Amino acid sequence: MTTFLTFTVIGIVSGAVYAIVATGLVVTYTTTGVFNFAHGAVAMFAAFSYWQMTQSWGWNSLLALVVVLFIEAPLLALFVEETYMRRLYGATVVRSLMVSLGLLLILVGLAQAIWPAEQRSLPEFFAGHTVSLFNVVITYHQVIVVIVAILIAIGLRIYLRQVRSGIAMRAVVDDPDLLAMAGASPRRVARSGWILGFFLAALAGILISPELQVQGLDINFLTLLVVNGYAAAIVGRLRNLPWTFAGGIALGLAEAYATGYLPGHIPVNLVSEISVLTPVVFLFVALLVVPSSRLRAVGRLTVATPPRVASLVESIRGSVLFVAIAVGATFVLGGSMIGSVTQGLALGIVALSLILVTGYAGQVSLCQLTFMGIGAFVMSKVASGGASWWGLIIGVLVCAAVGAIVSLPALRLQGLYLALATLAFAQAAYYGFFSNISFIPQGGAVPVGRLSIPGISTSGDKAYMVFVAVAFVLCAIGVLAIRRSVWGRRLVALNDSPAAFATLGMSPQLSKMLVFAASAALAGIGGVLYAGQPLALNANDVQMFASLELVLFVTIFGIRTVTGAALGGLAAALLPLASSHLPWWGTGLTGVAAGVGISLMANVPDGVLGVPWLVRNVRIPGISPRRAPSIEAVQGA
Amino acid sequence: MPEMVETSALEVRGVSVTFGGIAALQGVNLDVRPGEVTGLIGPNGAGKTTLFNVISGLQRPDSGEVLLDGRDVTKLGTNRRARLGLARTFQRLELFGSLSARDNVQVGLDARRDKGDLTAQGLLHRVGVSADADRQVSTLPTGEARLVELARALAIDPKLILLDEPCSGLDDNETHLLGNLLRELADEGRGVLLVEHDMSIVLTICDRIFVLDFGELIASGTPAEIRRDPRVQAAYLGTAPDPSEPEA
Repeated sequence: MTTFLTFTVIGIVSGAVYAIVATGLVVTYTTTGVFNFAHGAVAMFAAFSYWQMTQSWGWNSLLALVVVLFIEAPLLALFVEETYMRRLYGATVVRSLMVSLGLLLILVGLAQAIWPAEQRSLPEFFAGHTVSLFNVVITYHQVIVVIVAILIAIGLRIYLRQVRSGIAMRAVVDDPDLLAMAGASPRRVARSGWILGFFLAALAGILISPELQVQGLDINFLTLLVVNGYAAAIVGRLRNLPWTFAGGIALGLAEAYATGYLPGHIPVNLVSEISVLTPVVFLFVALLVVPSSRLRAVGRLTVATPPRVASLVESIRGSVLFVAIAVGATFVLGGSMIGSVTQGLALGIVALSLILVTGYAGQVSLCQLTFMGIGAFVMSKVASGGASWWGLIIGVLVCAAVGAIVSLPALRLQGLYLALATLAFAQAAYYGFFSNISFIPQGGAVPVGRLSIPGISTSGDKAYMVFVAVAFVLCAIGVLAIRRSVWGRRLVALNDSPAAFATLGMSPQLSKMLVFAASAALAGIGGVLYAGQPLALNANDVQMFASLELVLFVTIFGIRTVTGAALGGLAAALLPLASSHLPWWGTGLTGVAAGVGISLMANVPDGVLGVPWLVRNVRIPGISPRRAPSIEAVQGA
Repeated sequence: MPEMVETSALEVRGVSVTFGGIAALQGVNLDVRPGEVTGLIGPNGAGKTTLFNVISGLQRPDSGEVLLDGRDVTKLGTNRRARLGLARTFQRLELFGSLSARDNVQVGLDARRDKGDLTAQGLLHRVGVSADADRQVSTLPTGEARLVELARALAIDPKLILLDEPCSGLDDNETHLLGNLLRELADEGRGVLLVEHDMSIVLTICDRIFVLDFGELIASGTPAEIRRDPRVQAAYLGTAPDPSEPEA
């Protein structure tokens, strides 16, 4: 009984933190319409700042608390709102997600640059003081966490129902236009939403950090608190605060009981990952339980001119040029560069899968590298560490099947839920499978061979690079052919208006599942080729953060064009190479690159390739997007 | 026009919808017969669009039933209802903004199992916007964009078509042409349900009219009956009917 109570206490305490995280997410999301994927990153940054002030500079903890919670977090919120977020109100899910993912990478990059990896820990508040309840020893810190969470819940309820600015925050959710007419400024409300969200994130980060006995302050762990937060928030359908709070507590309890009672019943190597896997399982269960959202007429017309789609002749012409450049490059590039460029081209194929699912169909997937890993893993198993065309085919089919299953629970819901589910899936797949020595021993690497065509050897690195370049252009031609086909037109239609799509007799759910499965399959092809280069799949290559980076790079270069895919893939492969030649701050370079992406995305939906002056001056026939002749702006209703 | 019709193309029985305690629709009954243009009028906020959403499956009613061709479709999704021959347009445009007008219609044609002999160009011609077939629809003026939406709805060869304010954004001449087109559609045996604020066209082309006010059906009948109905005059028309206006 005492054991049970002990786990219950642990569950309630971590549940209280998750509840605070989730509440912050919901407040920001409902008031601004932007789902802040960087919520955990804000918590992380605040916890590290607090550590810096109290542990490194020796500040009084009360002073540090005030500085972090009431100065740093609000200022950061205002800065982020002013620079990026305010351009996103009313933007598509894809755009606002990309920007908040970019913010996540910036904060992680900054933190990596400022606080190089070492063991850091924060002491508990009133460390050493405990109370005993039913024979369970509870620390003062744990009591404080729970009390703070309760105060937050009560305080928010009073604020949102009785304080003028709080009521305005609730009103903006219902009808921003009406609120504006009533004299309140939606912009000011949005700012309050960001400040409150950042404040709650920072609070949660500081409260949970002392509880992290094993890993100490950990950038990844804290950043990924966002997954726990939204898993809890889904219980409240990302809107309802009391349910969100309950979701947080439920998640905390589920995690504590799983940690307490599952060991012995599950593979031994999964035990250490229970805290990562619980929120993911919780999330998928919650997704299944949440009632499906009705299709809604969005009443918003896509106004951006899409990049012109190249014809078959143009795409073949562009492909020949592309392969010619690749062949030429093999004479110029040195050994290690050949390998990186080859992997970049393979990542380009994974990026093409993003063009299909996100660029065309508007469904955000944040787990494409997981499919890449699955494709390579299946190849390794089928071809016993070598390579065979059968392995490719089976790998592609497995990816498609897994893709369909992963997307299934989220398809009944709006686009955001798919993004949330895929991020969680990527996370679970990495910790539960790829980095897990029960499944992939030998330091997380599985041997994978190189595909080849009879008569042409791909064992040389240069030959293999050309082989992968050819594979890329074939996939690109295929993706463009899909876009020109009946199905491609349908995907674009689905993206523009799911409601109208359904009124023509087509099932949005089925179409989403098909495109998701197809893109998973394409990512699997990329994975087989990617792993063929170093002759192994490394677990680290399929981390969730790597998926995020790829998505952002492709977005930066243009997520609706195959050229964007090529450049995005290459950038994702080459940038780590560049940062390894830089001094200590080089590790944060990816964050900076993401920042550039963010600024672009907030202004130009089609990325670098969509910037008119660039495209006008540099145009590769067949692969660069050509902008349709400019026509007058849309007429308002 | 037929006096007695076997089954209604659409029958709405006792539909109620509440939003946060406020009744948007209360026990609404309505039917649309094939071969007729049926009007649905009422002041802003009367619940017309909500009713359209209930009929097309975008809004689940709290109670009540929707029948298409005598078949209860209340539990079916939007796409299943479309397959049974229901098409609609939207008051706030729901076009595929990044596609051309032609491709918008083509998506509708491609959705059909049997293509028939309709072409996108032919449908655009029919609604009168064939000249702009290759323009991206988000660059079209609102009136024209509405007509593209109508052409797209016609692409699935609907038995019943719901039109949500198709005339807004059209000039008098275009409105007149659209009126003729709606009559033609009815004469082909389709049921047409028209929400429109332009009373002259409603009174001219509709066979029957239903009047919604604050979520309740307050009157129904022929245009002549509707003009005379005092509650309609009070709630909607605001003034006594103008005798100089033509009878339907």
